[in-house]
Amino acid sequence: MAVQSLENQKEESVSTPLEKPLPLDHLERVEAWGMNTSVCSYVYRPTTVEGIREVFQIAKAHDRTVALRGSGCSYGDASLGAENISLDLTRMNRILDWSPETGVIRVEPGATIRNIWQYVIEDGWWLPVVSGTMFVSMGGALGMNIHGKNNYGMGPFGEHVLAFDLLTPAGELLRCSREENSELFFGAIGGFGMLGCFVSVTLRLKRIYSGQLSVYAFATPDLSTLFREFEARMGSADYLVAWVDCFATGKALGRSLIHQADYLAKGVDPTPTQTLRVKHQELPETILGLIPKSIMWRFMKLFGNNWGMRLINRTKYVQGSTLGNKKTFRQSHAAFAFLLDYVPNWKFIYKPGGLIQYQSFVPEATAEACFRAQLETCQRAGIVPFLGVFKRHRKDSFLMSHAVEGYSFALDLPVTKHNRERVWSLAKELNQLVLEAGGRFYFAKDSTLDSETARSYLGEEALHRFYALKRSCDPHNLLQTELSRRLFGTDWK
Amino acid sequence: MPSVWKQAIIVGASSGIGEELARQLVAQGCRVALVARRQEELERIVSALNAGGVQNALIYPHDVRHSEEIPTLFQKIAHDLGGVDLFIYAAGVMPAVEPNEYCFEKDRQMIEINLLGAIGWINEVAQRFGQTHSGTIVGISSVAGERGRMTMPAYCTSKAAFTTYLEAIRNRIGRYGVKVVTVKPGPVITPMTAGLGKMPLQITAERAASEILVAAKRGRANAFVPHTWRWIFLILRNVPSFVFKKLKL
Repeated sequence: MAVQSLENQKEESVSTPLEKPLPLDHLERVEAWGMNTSVCSYVYRPTTVEGIREVFQIAKAHDRTVALRGSGCSYGDASLGAENISLDLTRMNRILDWSPETGVIRVEPGATIRNIWQYVIEDGWWLPVVSGTMFVSMGGALGMNIHGKNNYGMGPFGEHVLAFDLLTPAGELLRCSREENSELFFGAIGGFGMLGCFVSVTLRLKRIYSGQLSVYAFATPDLSTLFREFEARMGSADYLVAWVDCFATGKALGRSLIHQADYLAKGVDPTPTQTLRVKHQELPETILGLIPKSIMWRFMKLFGNNWGMRLINRTKYVQGSTLGNKKTFRQSHAAFAFLLDYVPNWKFIYKPGGLIQYQSFVPEATAEACFRAQLETCQRAGIVPFLGVFKRHRKDSFLMSHAVEGYSFALDLPVTKHNRERVWSLAKELNQLVLEAGGRFYFAKDSTLDSETARSYLGEEALHRFYALKRSCDPHNLLQTELSRRLFGTDWK
Repeated sequence: MPSVWKQAIIVGASSGIGEELARQLVAQGCRVALVARRQEELERIVSALNAGGVQNALIYPHDVRHSEEIPTLFQKIAHDLGGVDLFIYAAGVMPAVEPNEYCFEKDRQMIEINLLGAIGWINEVAQRFGQTHSGTIVGISSVAGERGRMTMPAYCTSKAAFTTYLEAIRNRIGRYGVKVVTVKPGPVITPMTAGLGKMPLQITAERAASEILVAAKRGRANAFVPHTWRWIFLILRNVPSFVFKKLKL
């Protein structure tokens, strides 16, 4: 206990004067999607551009930074700013303009993929690139330049953006497109919310002639076959994705189930008006018409450990390589695309420690050896990914791009109170493999990179161009996140 | 062993139990804000704590009687630390009181520092923790709050009221997952008890701090330090008033 003498009780406080506090009723706990980290932030949810300007002003007045946040679908700390302002854009979710003739749509940044596909599908349109969840906001989709299962053919989300309006912390509202402010266009897309706040986004959608896709599912017995199949099919397939059993070892290492999906050409679907309805696309709420999917994660949690997941992976592979092997079937766009939404709250099986998704992008020449080494390293460390997802990619021209002409491998690693430090050191080992293979990383998934690794894969030239943009759009360094501080510090030099 | 907390605030960290708590938390890798009135003492402690090169201890000179400073100071500390998940109120005074002395200034000082300062801080902290559904609040009360002792009327009052206040806060925000721990130490060897001579079951500040952190980690509602006091006060609390009066404690 501190002793305070009676003689001094009347003396003035020695505390220094402080600024006025931010209103406590704005304070909320804000969590990474992977539940591996959370912070307390003062959350503001404006509904207008003026509202965003006001939040910037509040931040400046209180000497706080601002972290932009859409639906909070980044696995790590990309939208978190501890004890600072979280500018949550979920209320700015209006469709501003839609042309069913041209397929061009203009939306606010909080509009989600779900909002858009449900709005346009009856007119025969779909988003050309979607993530594994439909809850990603447009602000997040642009900020991270998300990709889908068709990246090798359609590129990232940014390639389908015609233009956007960006409100910079400096107060300028800039129209950006490939023709106008083009450097900013290629910097802000994939710029992880560091250059300004998207306030409207104009996209060109893709024409579809059916609400269904033709899906072909088959198994591959090992990693080499998986690569061969992708190489052979990427020229013709509209979508390609593989689930990998990360528990398999030896000759079976990398065994997987591939799903190839193709759009139906005009006239193939006899009832397009019906399949293009939202109701046809909606994911079922029960399994086998009996068990509500909302409680499924509670059963799945029983298997949320190494032995349980080993069993599930093995069962899935055995089923997919026997009964389900070489099967063609029709599936709605939503059911094929949004696998992450199929079982609501499935991530809760990772509670309380959460998960990280370790995703690396490696050039085709070195990818197989790199991913083989990654699987072996994880298995040796005793931290086997519960889920592995494999995709094909191509290069793009965005400044902070994560893509390569090659492959990506996404590994879901469980985080617990006891293994947290080991997971982070495992990720460090994996980083080394990726760097040696000439690979890259993705801010939306990252939780573990360090500054040196990020600088190494991005390269000095791209960084200098990005820093110059940052200094010009955000001279007071208002936009910061835990991720930006972790990887790039605060001086942008 | 690494700390279960990442960021802690200790009010009353310039000596005694508060100082020792700071030392142990920093040693466990926790970032700690040391709040107390005496800047020079804080600087002495923090230079020792940060001697290893890692700046895990920060200091904030503040007099708990200046309650108007608390909202801004608390927010500033939270910002500097990058969050707060443990709050400890360890500030307290016990000026020497003669058996027949009735000094209102001394009594007021004890109520202001031991009780009103605690309420000022914990109101702010509880609101934050209740709203964000997390955190641990530790209040260093005292076994003195268990009975009204003739030797220290205002001190016993301040600690009894603090204990009741902590219970009420626990009942208010415990349902949101916030832990509120009332610590009741017996005599601890600190500057506050220097000159009072040898007392029963007296322990070092180091041992007291270590037991307090264990109780906080377990989220115990009431923790006697050392534990033996629990059984002693189980008896003493139930001694009828007319008997207790004759004990002249």
